[in-house]
Amino acid sequence: MSDVTTVLLAGVGGQGTILAGDVLAKVAVAAGYDVKLSEVHGMAQRGGSVDTVVRFGTKVFSPVIDPGTADHLIAFELIEAARKLPFVKPAGRLVVNTRTIQPLPVLTGTLAPPVGVVAALDYEGAIFLDAEELACEAGSPHSANIVLMGAASVGLPFDAAAWREVIASRVPPKTVDANLQAFELGRRACEGGACTV
Amino acid sequence: MSRTLMSGNEAVARGAWEAGAAVGVGYPGTPSTEVLENLVRYEGVHCEWAPNEKVAAEVAAGVSMAGARVLVTMKHVGLNVAADPLFTQAYAGVGGGLVYLVADDPGMHSSQNEQDTRNYAAAAKVPLFEPSDSTEALAFVKRAFEVSERYNIPVIVRTTTRVSHSKSLVECGDREQRLLPAYQKDAARFVMIPANARNRRVSLAQRLEELSSCVESCDENRIELRDTSLGVITSGIVYQYVRQALPEASVLKLGMVFPFPEKLILDFSSKVDRVAVIEELDPYLRLRVSALGVGVIETGLPCIGEYTPGIIATAFGVPAPELREPIKDLPPRPPLMCPGCPHRGVFYALRKLKAIVTGDIGCYTLGALPPLQAMDSCICMGASIGMAHGMGLVGSTDRPVVAVIGDSTFAHSGLTGLLDMVYNGGAGTVMILDNRTTAMTGHQGNPVSGITLAGDPAPAVDLEALVRVIGVASVREVDPHDPAEVLAVLREETAADHLSVIVAKAPCALLVREKADPFAVDEDACIKCGRCISLGCPAISKDPETSRAVIDATLCVGCGQCVRVCRSDAIMPSGAACDIGGRWS
Repeated sequence: MSDVTTVLLAGVGGQGTILAGDVLAKVAVAAGYDVKLSEVHGMAQRGGSVDTVVRFGTKVFSPVIDPGTADHLIAFELIEAARKLPFVKPAGRLVVNTRTIQPLPVLTGTLAPPVGVVAALDYEGAIFLDAEELACEAGSPHSANIVLMGAASVGLPFDAAAWREVIASRVPPKTVDANLQAFELGRRACEGGACTV
Repeated sequence: MSRTLMSGNEAVARGAWEAGAAVGVGYPGTPSTEVLENLVRYEGVHCEWAPNEKVAAEVAAGVSMAGARVLVTMKHVGLNVAADPLFTQAYAGVGGGLVYLVADDPGMHSSQNEQDTRNYAAAAKVPLFEPSDSTEALAFVKRAFEVSERYNIPVIVRTTTRVSHSKSLVECGDREQRLLPAYQKDAARFVMIPANARNRRVSLAQRLEELSSCVESCDENRIELRDTSLGVITSGIVYQYVRQALPEASVLKLGMVFPFPEKLILDFSSKVDRVAVIEELDPYLRLRVSALGVGVIETGLPCIGEYTPGIIATAFGVPAPELREPIKDLPPRPPLMCPGCPHRGVFYALRKLKAIVTGDIGCYTLGALPPLQAMDSCICMGASIGMAHGMGLVGSTDRPVVAVIGDSTFAHSGLTGLLDMVYNGGAGTVMILDNRTTAMTGHQGNPVSGITLAGDPAPAVDLEALVRVIGVASVREVDPHDPAEVLAVLREETAADHLSVIVAKAPCALLVREKADPFAVDEDACIKCGRCISLGCPAISKDPETSRAVIDATLCVGCGQCVRVCRSDAIMPSGAACDIGGRWS
C-alpha cells in the first residue's frame, strides 16, 4: 500500500498558489520524503482556475492526480474549493479561505453567484478562515497564501520550525517578517479550534 | 550529493549546463519557456531569445558548426517553424552537440493544438529522448549531447507539460569543461547543394543504422520485470502514471523512442503473456509495435488529451475511488485580461466597429472570450495578417476586416505577412498591440521591447518607422486606454482604400509598477447603461440589486478605460485605495 500523501492547492491565477505549493514541497523535502509537485503555467494564470498538487511519501510516481485521491485540499478561494471538492477523499481534510472572487460571468451579471457554498463544504473537520483578514493583521495582504499554509500545517507531519525556515528562504526578503507572522496567525487560528464558518 | 527539487525545465537547463553547452537559444512558448530563463542564470553559457524558432534553430546550427554545444528550446508548435533547418541539419550533422528541447502540451493547457513531436523525430530522422521526470530530464539532456556528437546528428529531447512543469528531486553534478576546436571548413557536409545532399542522405541512413544498435542496449530503454501476465510498453510521463496505476505490471520503459528499438520490443514481448502499449497522443509506439507482429491488447485509451493514473487504472478494470458529491451550478472561471490591460480598450473598439477580426497568439487572444468576443480567428503565430489579406482578396463582406497582432508575435512572423500585403497591394488594416513584452508566457523581452533574455538593454525596434519603410501607406499610433480614439482611428483607416498599420502602444498592466489611483462609480450619476461592464474588467461588476456598476478599488489600477466609455460621467477618481472589500464578499 502506498504511503503517499496528496495535497491539492486550489485558487485563482495570481493568488500565490505556486509559491505556497513550492514552500510545502520544500518542507517535505527537508523532512526526507520523495516529493513531486505539479503546477499550471501559461494562459490559465490570467485570472483562471489554477491548482498545484504536492505529493510526498517514500516513493512518488505520478505528479498529477484523479478525483477522490487528495488527502488535503487547501483552497485559496471559496468557489474554487467547491470546484475541487470531488478531488478530495471522503475522509480528506479541507482548509478553506472563506473569501470569494466572483468569476467574470458573475461580475457582468450573465450568471448568478453560487449560494450556499460554505454549507455545502462544511464536512466534519473542515477548517474555514478569513485568510485576507489574518494577512492584513500580519502586515501584508499578499501573505494570505502563507496564512492558509499556516492553517494547513496543523494537519501535516512537519515541524513548525521547518516551515518557518523554508518560508523565510522563499519569500521576498522585505516580506519575511510579515509572512512568518502570517504563518503563525494561520497556524494559531487552527490550533485553537477557532476556525468556524 | 544533496537532492534539489527542480521542475523538468529547470533540470533541462541544468543538464545543458553540466554538459558544457556554450549557448542556449529559443523562442518562449508554454510549457518550454523556463528552460532558457533558468539556463541564463548559470555562469559560462550565453543565452538569448530569438525572434522565432526558425531563427533560434539557425543560430544553434551556427554555434554547432563553430564547434560548441548548444541547446535550442521551443514548444511543440515552434518545431513547425523550426522544421526547415532541422530536417536538413539531420543531413549535414553537427560540429558541437546540437540538442532541441521541444515541449508538447497534451490536453492543450496553453496551446492551439496537441501535435506529437515524436512524429517529427521519425520524419526528420533524428534521435528523440523522452524523460519521465526531472532526474531523467537532466540526465537525458546530457546524454543527448553525447549522442549528438558521437553519431553526428541533431537530437530532440521531448518533454510534455507534466514533465516540464512538475518538480521532482534531482542530484546535480559538475559542469563538463570543453575545449573549443579551431574552425575547419567542411563544405561537403554543410553546403547542402543537391550533389552534397545526396551523399549526406546516404550518410544519414548509415548514422541511423549505427543508432539502431545504440537504442537496443542504451540505459534509457529498460525492461522492468514484475508480474509477467501483463507487460506495458510506455515512455515519458505516462511511465509514472503506469507505475502508479498498475504497480505489479512488467514495464518496458522507453527513454529513446527514435530510432525504434525493435529487438528490445520483441524481447520484452516474449517475456510477458499480454502486451499493452500506453502512450498519450498519437499511437506512435503502438503502430510500430504492431508492425513487428506483436499482438497488442486493446485498452480503449484515447489518442486525445492527457492521461492520469486514474484513466489508466479504469481502462484496466481497477475500481475507481469513492467520490464526494460534487457541488452543482458553479460558475466557470475562464482566464481573462487583467485589470488595466491595454488590449481591453482595443477589443471594445473592434466590437463597436463590428469588425471581422483575424487574431493571433498572445494574451490578446482572450479578446475572443465573452463579454468582448471580438475575434474571428486564431490559427498560429503571425497568421492574422495573411488571413486579413486573404479575406480582403475575396471581398465577400461589407464589414471591415482588421488583423490584430502583438509586438512579439509581429517580430516572430507578422512582418513577412505585412510584406506580402505591401507587395500584393493589400488595402487592409493591421493593428499591432505593442504592450512592450511577450506577456502570455511570462514577460520575456523581444526585439520590439528592447530587453534581452539576460535583462540587458537592446535596440528597440521602431515599429512605425519599420512599417513605413517597407511601404505601408498609413501608419497611426493610438492610446489603447482610450477606446473612443481607437474606434475613431479604426473607422478612418478601415474606410480608406490603402494599407494601414495602427500601433496601439501601452505597456502590459503587469509591467506598470506605479498604479494610478483607482476609480469609483457615483451611484447617483450611473444610468445603468452597462457600457463599463461590457469592457469585461474584473474590477467592475454589476450590483445584483441596483444594476448599477461597482468598481472594486482593490483591483482597479486606474487605467481610465471605463471613464472614457461612460455615458454619464459617473466614474471618477476615488482617492486612495480602500481596505479590502468589493471584490471580496
